[in-house]
Amino acid sequence: MAVTHGRCAALIVLGLIVPAAGTFAQGVGPQAKPGWSLPVHDDVTHSQLLMDRFEYQDGDDEDVFAWEGQAWWGGDTHRLVVDSEGEALVSGGDGGEVESFDVQYGYGFSAYWQAKTGVGYQTTFGPGPDRDRASAVVGVQGLAPYWFEVDTGLRVSEDGDAVAEFEGEYDWLFTQRMILQGRAETSYAFNEVREFGVGEGVNGLTLGLRLRYELFREFAPYVGVRWQDQYGDTADLTRAEGEDTEKTSLVAGVRWWF
Amino acid sequence: MSNHQQPRPLSRRDILRTGSTMGLLLGLGSLLPGYAFGLTGNQELTRRTEGNSDIYELTIDRTPLTIDGRRSVQPITLNGSLPAPLIRLREGREAVLRVTNKLDDYTSIHWHGILLPFDMDGVPGVSFPGIAPGETFEYRYPVRQSGTYWYHSHSGLQEQLGHYGPLIVDPAEPEPFEYDREHVIVLSDWTFSDPAEVMRNLKVAEGYYNYNKRTVADFFEDVANLGWSGAWEKAGIWGEMRMTPRDILDVTGSEYTYLMNGMSPDDNWTGVFKPGEKVRLRVINASAMSIFDVRIPGLAMTVVEADGQKVEPVETDEFRIGVAETYDVIVEPQDEAYTLFAQSQDRSGFTRGTLAVRDGMEASVPELYPRTERGMAAMGMAGDGGMEHGSMEGMNAMHEDGGSMDGPMHDNGGQPPVADRQISHGPDNHGAGAAMVAMNPRPRLDEPGVGFEHVDHRVLTYDQLRGLHAWPDEREPQREVELHLTGNMERYMWSFDGEKFSEVDGSMPFGHGERLRLILVNDTMMDHPIHLHGMWMELETGNDGYRPRKHTLLVKPGEMISAQITPEHEGDWAFHCHLLYHMKAGMFRVVSVQ
Repeated sequence: MAVTHGRCAALIVLGLIVPAAGTFAQGVGPQAKPGWSLPVHDDVTHSQLLMDRFEYQDGDDEDVFAWEGQAWWGGDTHRLVVDSEGEALVSGGDGGEVESFDVQYGYGFSAYWQAKTGVGYQTTFGPGPDRDRASAVVGVQGLAPYWFEVDTGLRVSEDGDAVAEFEGEYDWLFTQRMILQGRAETSYAFNEVREFGVGEGVNGLTLGLRLRYELFREFAPYVGVRWQDQYGDTADLTRAEGEDTEKTSLVAGVRWWF
Repeated sequence: MSNHQQPRPLSRRDILRTGSTMGLLLGLGSLLPGYAFGLTGNQELTRRTEGNSDIYELTIDRTPLTIDGRRSVQPITLNGSLPAPLIRLREGREAVLRVTNKLDDYTSIHWHGILLPFDMDGVPGVSFPGIAPGETFEYRYPVRQSGTYWYHSHSGLQEQLGHYGPLIVDPAEPEPFEYDREHVIVLSDWTFSDPAEVMRNLKVAEGYYNYNKRTVADFFEDVANLGWSGAWEKAGIWGEMRMTPRDILDVTGSEYTYLMNGMSPDDNWTGVFKPGEKVRLRVINASAMSIFDVRIPGLAMTVVEADGQKVEPVETDEFRIGVAETYDVIVEPQDEAYTLFAQSQDRSGFTRGTLAVRDGMEASVPELYPRTERGMAAMGMAGDGGMEHGSMEGMNAMHEDGGSMDGPMHDNGGQPPVADRQISHGPDNHGAGAAMVAMNPRPRLDEPGVGFEHVDHRVLTYDQLRGLHAWPDEREPQREVELHLTGNMERYMWSFDGEKFSEVDGSMPFGHGERLRLILVNDTMMDHPIHLHGMWMELETGNDGYRPRKHTLLVKPGEMISAQITPEHEGDWAFHCHLLYHMKAGMFRVVSVQ
């Protein structure tokens, strides 16, 4: 039911974007005749799919394939934004999780920041019962002072569970093409959600260091290390399943976009 | 490549110098497929005369060409050549230019710098509907000025693909200076990519073409120069603003092949002279996005015209030429060969040609200047902020503000009238379209600009330009119009006062015959060549003497400059940044004179 609501919301968001694109007044002069084209077309739409992480993670017990990316379509101010993050076990087990698949309306409210709101979808697959849930998402994404890329959001599921998420990135340029990306990711859950292994409070911390080489701007293979630790109730839930709360993996992948 | 191509342009030039031969070739051309006639170098268009009219025929088409040794099918040519052929108009006569469009898209020709009836100005959507595929449009206007100008498409991104050429108006009266020979130098930037793809890369990936970003090594170099605290402070100031001092040009030598008269550095365009001759060089920057620094090692240059308008002769060793600007210089070469060197403002590439006593010669080609970065003045923080000195002594390493300003004309203590002006950015600092505002913008007319920090010869500055005589209207401005140049690199938004063309309602009204002062404040970190169609901008340098008169003003980051204007011709006129992709992104207005 809530999923249906989510789809409705997505359609409403789309409906808001499309008319917004055509309602600007045009600065042509009094001599311009109807039917003339405009001297410049500055409100064209663009789109991009960026896979920031697209990688193989070599862990102690299990190897996974993981992704995190964003696609957008729109103009300078109004955009349709799709974010997704997830992982699938490659060895040491089966299954995986689409941690997020968010379809949002993005509004550029300042030079460096866009507000996003829309619906999200989360699912697990593999052995055992598949679980999924939909949520409403609201967040802010942009470039903070001192060059930190920030993506933060609040997610409220159809069952009323709420979680706040934060993700930050920073690039160190060693050369014009060799770039070390540091990232940190954490979240805070307001409620326990046992079937997704989420306890109340700060869930954990994921840190990553990835050294990429931009063969082209659009295609940059990388290697790196990912370290994850869980805290509080979430860690307890993980231990109850007999798994480690702290994981370190070597990663190799490609950052790509088109 | 260069070996077998070298002799060709000269012999062609020699042949084409005689109009009758050109007519014969044109006649032949109509029998041959277009690609058989693809040319680079200096072509000249012949004219037909009827009464008081000089009549010219131009055909716009796609023509495969070899550029820098590489075949490309995308050039847009006029009469088969890139750059388009030289058009020589004559002052006091009527120009009739019949333009046939053989492209699949609408096209247009704008006569850059020529004052004419607005419906002949050639801006689709402003002065006329454009030239439809298959259509022939006749431009007809009286020619009431002389000098070096150029012409180009004002449709889409066609200009990037070769749709530009030199336009010279021969004066009715003898020139006030002497020369024995002249060469036209058209500088441009060529891409083998689709220009729409270039635009998209700029839009979706900030810094796509910048391979001179600051690295960890640069930080440690700052530590070595400024100490830890100085380096941190510098990184902090720029980081807090989310601005980079290395953002000089948006599209760089990583994408562009820089051309001189359609020829790459390897092609080595050559202009011939006899020792002892005075040679007039008519230099035109027909680039889409590239500001050039031009010099001829071993030769002083005497600037006699800027933007086609006479200036008091001023001798210099190097000049910066913004996109769409023109400079006429006179040189007196004595040796056998000199390199005419034009490097891009960000030092990511260059083009060159040779002035020589005969074709096939070469002089040594200089190195590019070291790559550089902008100083605090670019943020508009100089002035009373004391940023360069005082508390931040280390910041002297952030160059730009120093430079070589020891030219002979600098003793003058004059100040432009806007020097102490208080400006306002509006309640929201121009909104999301502006990533920054200049806190304390000021005139920087006495500075050569970023990139000349290590240069110890003379570099031309705007305040060295003085008009040769008074202009017709000497009234004091009755009205002031202040406009801010704004931008946001993250989303590649460019605008005036934070609003793109599509976001403003209607045009900017100028009164017919009024005297107004246009004030431009650059709230961005880049230089913008601002072009006003249909009327002259008399740049207020604050110096004694007459104001230089220009159609395009290169405004430095953090700078505020002003110009006096008398809108003489009624109608609608385009007003825009002449960086092609800035204009395309919305840095465009219509001025309506009524």
